[in-house]
Amino acid sequence: MSAADAPHSVVTGDRPMPPVAWLSSLALCLVIVGGIVLASYAPRTAPLGLVTALLCVAIALMVTAAGMLVRIKEFAWATFGVVFKWALLAYVVVSGMIEFAFVHDHTRGSSLLLVSLMLTVFALSVPTTIAFTTARFVDPT
Amino acid sequence: MSEETMVGAPTLSQPHAREKIQIVPLAGLPVVALAVIFVALSIGLNLRWGLMFNHVVGGGLWTGIDLFVGFVIGPILGKLSIPARAEFAARFMPKMVIIMPTVVMMTLATGFQVARQAGNLAASSPNHAWLIVSFCVVGVMAAVALGVLEPANIAVLYEMNKPVPNGERIGRLMKRFIYTAGITGVMQIATLIIMTRLGSR
Repeated sequence: MSAADAPHSVVTGDRPMPPVAWLSSLALCLVIVGGIVLASYAPRTAPLGLVTALLCVAIALMVTAAGMLVRIKEFAWATFGVVFKWALLAYVVVSGMIEFAFVHDHTRGSSLLLVSLMLTVFALSVPTTIAFTTARFVDPT
Repeated sequence: MSEETMVGAPTLSQPHAREKIQIVPLAGLPVVALAVIFVALSIGLNLRWGLMFNHVVGGGLWTGIDLFVGFVIGPILGKLSIPARAEFAARFMPKMVIIMPTVVMMTLATGFQVARQAGNLAASSPNHAWLIVSFCVVGVMAAVALGVLEPANIAVLYEMNKPVPNGERIGRLMKRFIYTAGITGVMQIATLIIMTRLGSR
């Protein structure tokens, strides 16, 4: 998803990086598909098996992205932290608004749990992509 | 992200003393807070006018801005010199950081409630199929905006804030906007068709 991961280091002087932004963006896409499935069936109960599978893959992608991220040597962690913190604040507000709408619409039980977990992935994946894409171009020193 | 530094050089490779900009314009945050409160109240109190206002105004701005930037501003920008593009982007993109997430939040959070109140969510509704298509259209736009464009936007602003911005890097990040303009344009026109059909049935 992130063109920033493409190999253009000769032109821009960028170091090669693991595909963190690709993985977190893919996780975002999966939770968006899961959200569409859930919303398509509302107010009836959606087939939770498909949504659960999408969510599990999304979580696995985010964990993999986090694992790759922490293994990067000489990374601009200060920049990553600042961008991640502010982006997280923004997307927690957005996720909270969506969660509020679902609760207000009487979504309960397993469906609400899945929605909450998907919104958590959403609220983490977007800031991860933004912060990584920004910090990878910043001098770690 | 609100750090202030100097951007917009006569050439991107020359450090130069210029006016300061903010990546996130703090002056816009109270307006965002008001929009969030208005949306929350509209949903929580089932304010029919509030829901419709947020959905129509937010959606109209979202579609209008996307199409205008993609097909009017974008091509003009492409014909400007690189320093002129940098000057424009340094002033334009921070505003988009505030405006776009706000209008998207207004549109999506209230759209689901409007559909529920109008009965379009029911599987028996003649509008149900159109609604599902609109979910898919919005899903594509959200993936493009959040996974591709917003990271590039912030990264470009950070790059411009450096004493010596890397012009090649900025150019490569900005190409994402060109590559995705077509997708976004098709999706927004699809949105216009779907929403006007839903509103006329």
